[in-house]
Amino acid sequence: MAFDVKRETGEVVIVDVEGQLIVGNRQELKQAVLAELEGGARKFLVDFTNTGYIDSSGLGVLVSLSKKIREQEGELRLSSLNEDLRTLFELTKLDTLFRIADSREEGLQDF
Amino acid sequence: MSPEEAAELIDRELIFELPNDLQCIEDAVEFVVSRCSTCQDVARKLRFNFRVSLVEALSNAMIYGNGRDPAKRVRLEVRLRSGRLTARVTDQGRGFNPLRVPDPTTPENLLEEGGRGLFLMRKLMDEVHYNDRGNSVTLILHLAGSGPFQDQATA
Repeated sequence: MAFDVKRETGEVVIVDVEGQLIVGNRQELKQAVLAELEGGARKFLVDFTNTGYIDSSGLGVLVSLSKKIREQEGELRLSSLNEDLRTLFELTKLDTLFRIADSREEGLQDF
Repeated sequence: MSPEEAAELIDRELIFELPNDLQCIEDAVEFVVSRCSTCQDVARKLRFNFRVSLVEALSNAMIYGNGRDPAKRVRLEVRLRSGRLTARVTDQGRGFNPLRVPDPTTPENLLEEGGRGLFLMRKLMDEVHYNDRGNSVTLILHLAGSGPFQDQATA
């Protein structure tokens, strides 16, 4: 499990979640995104193309980051959720909280 | 007993004593799922529902049950029997009342960082039971037919 944080397209920070986003590594993701936020970044896209599964603490860290980014007048988007992951967001109603794009390209549009 | 028969027997019952270390959860879950190869008829539920639910049960046990105490242990018992995959996770804490856990999907709770673990277990598994003390949770996956997750996913 690992996170790849980079700026591919202009000012959008793209975070790739490789493997799992669970209780054992959620702080790693949180610290990486918060470091970018403190560095001035305001637009974030978390991409789940290569993600196996997410647990409740992984969902929780996304909620926490969303709040912190909004407080700084930024935006957090999610992309490329497979059917299982999308169902997790629907079950927890977090699909109403996040803007979720079908693909990374779609997520980057009109940021 | 042949190696094949021994492997089959092992596949039907696994018992672990895990250290109270969140970093060992992923490996423990992957090991359990890898030993459940006989359950491929429910591959999706095993691949996703069971993995997520087992992570939830283990992390709840280590964080809330054992209070992150590294001296404590978590017992994991996995059984494949009578068409059911059962995982029982027991911590060394005082237990809790699962009925007191609020619904994380209500508007007032939606922005909370925590509180979704038990909810997810109940949604993803076919059955979830706690003992009276509240320090042991049993997750059950039925190996025949579709469970609640598949119903949700195809709704």
